[in-house]
Amino acid sequence: MTITLNGESCELDDDITLVAFIESRTGTTRGSAVVVDDEVVPRGSWPDYRLRDGQRVELITAVQGG
Amino acid sequence: MAGQQQTAHDPFVIAGEEFGSRLIMGTGGAPSLDVIDAALAASGTALCTVAMRRLDPSTTGSILDVIDRRGVRVLPNTAGCRTAREAVRTAEVAREALETDWVKLEVVADERTLLPDPVELLDAAQTLVGLGFTVLPYTNDDPVLARRLQQAGCAAVMPLGSPIGTGLGIANPHNIELIVSEARGPVILDAGIGTASDAALAMELGCDGVLLASAVTRAQDPARMAAAMAAAVTAGRLARLAGRIPRRSHAQASSPIEGMAVL
Repeated sequence: MTITLNGESCELDDDITLVAFIESRTGTTRGSAVVVDDEVVPRGSWPDYRLRDGQRVELITAVQGG
Repeated sequence: MAGQQQTAHDPFVIAGEEFGSRLIMGTGGAPSLDVIDAALAASGTALCTVAMRRLDPSTTGSILDVIDRRGVRVLPNTAGCRTAREAVRTAEVAREALETDWVKLEVVADERTLLPDPVELLDAAQTLVGLGFTVLPYTNDDPVLARRLQQAGCAAVMPLGSPIGTGLGIANPHNIELIVSEARGPVILDAGIGTASDAALAMELGCDGVLLASAVTRAQDPARMAAAMAAAVTAGRLARLAGRIPRRSHAQASSPIEGMAVL
């Protein structure tokens, strides 16, 4: 399936959970969060939340900042 | 020793949480994680800010690893947000990412000044307090806005000394004193610090803490400047508690006037 990740097209395995997706991109779930189709997905939902084809995903993490 | 005394007898408390240092460090502007690591260590800070951005796959290492290693609490900010809606959304993202409901609320009006937009800021603060966040707003040096933010339930107010990154110090000390004089909670001088004397002045004016980033991270020797800031914050706090002498128009001798020999 194809999603839009941070504004760019991205191929993913079907039915991937958010936890697996975040860990595959960052190596950890610490410090990251996701917004799917403009909804902030609560951390507690990540293990059961399965991404679907065509969704817009923002994967956001902590960076240096004042 | 002074720093230890300060911790033992003069706790710095925000929203019921006690911190061992009155210096809050921003982590932006450092050329590398090693530099910020050394600066955090030298600063003795117990709380430092991070920003929330899209994952950059080309980056190696995380600021969070440095912060965790130093045992410092993390305070996400909403830097870059221009509207209340954006800031609230960013705070919600940060809460999920970092598992904290604390947020340094920034809602700026434009890139050139980076001054807070008071209307959007107050709107965002009210919304976030309603959502259960512990809100620490970066605000103008406006006593009326500071009052409104506290009335909205903010855990502290963080007035600017001067615009972010300018290093111009405290442009309006009188306003900072006014904010301090009627504060219901902690006042943290945030932004504009250029060098150690600015941080000391903030504390002498009665601020409870200082938040700074560029003054350290963009200094020629960031770790050394971090140590200078830590000393300045401690010195300024001690001077505030000690009570400075009043300013006088004319001299007043400290040596006795009586008993002068006739020579």
